Amino acid sequence: MNNKKLIEAFCNALEIDASIVKDDLQYQSIEQWDSISHMILIAEIEDVFDIEIDTDDVIDMSTVGKAKEILNKNGIEF
Amino acid sequence: MELNFNLLSGKTALITGASSGIGKETALTFARNGANLILISRNEEKLKKLSKDLEEFNVLVDYYVIDITNAELLKNLFSQLKKSKVIIDIVINNAGIMEDAVLQMVKTESIKRTFDTNVFALIDISKRASRLMIRNKKGSIINLSSIIGTNGSKGQSIYSASKAAVIGFTKSLSKELGPLNIRVNSIAPGFIMTGMTEGITDCVIQENLKSISMGRLGSTKDVANVILFLASDLSEYVTGQVIGVDGGMVI
Repeated sequence: MNNKKLIEAFCNALEIDASIVKDDLQYQSIEQWDSISHMILIAEIEDVFDIEIDTDDVIDMSTVGKAKEILNKNGIEF
Repeated sequence: MELNFNLLSGKTALITGASSGIGKETALTFARNGANLILISRNEEKLKKLSKDLEEFNVLVDYYVIDITNAELLKNLFSQLKKSKVIIDIVINNAGIMEDAVLQMVKTESIKRTFDTNVFALIDISKRASRLMIRNKKGSIINLSSIIGTNGSKGQSIYSASKAAVIGFTKSLSKELGPLNIRVNSIAPGFIMTGMTEGITDCVIQENLKSISMGRLGSTKDVANVILFLASDLSEYVTGQVIGVDGGMVI
């Protein structure tokens, strides 16, 4: 369930297809995931999971896999 | 001149330094134009009184007694706003301090105090508020700089540096947030009659009047009206600007 929510968050924020949202998808590896859309992604994830992401984690969220780790820290299980 | 065109109906504005001077006049102007308000100041008594004065406008008003240099309190405030799903449409970074002295007589603590309030807190609030604005892909952040920040003034090098920092920050942030339809602008007031300037002698006032082409000092209303313009959709294609409100002052 949380995996689906996370994939949807990535799709909505970055306007990409779910098929490319894999754990190793990296920040700035695709045109759609740049610094601007990263801000939208953070806001989307915060909204969807009702959490607050601090600056260190905003910087650290460099892959989909990393996003899961950060969400784990905030009590979200995958 | 009082502007009452309901320009901010349904919007929510957060104003720092709201209990007096330009902040207070902005709160009144915004309320007159239909905005709901989140007011921040260190002065509880003045905030309570202002809150009472705003009742006639039938807008929602919340106030928070916060020293904006306390990062933890700011973090808690924005967490609370996020949890309550408050949508912030407008931020007025108005709170500021001015401690005059020639550089050789400036203490390190004064430099730190000035930058903590005028720059670091402003940046922190802009960062937190824009995070909430990103969700709506719309917003307006207005940062109070000063003619002292654009032109400099003897005995005000630290205040000037802090207000110049606000301008650089405004211009850069406007470029980051432009793609997200969040506008960031700055206002550079000239000589405005507020609590910050009330200790100034008649002699200094007369001297300053010589350099103001409109021949009068500015009022808080003069500044609040321009803030209203930048907060409203009248300025929806205006971002990254520094607008002087100084009666044509040359210093």
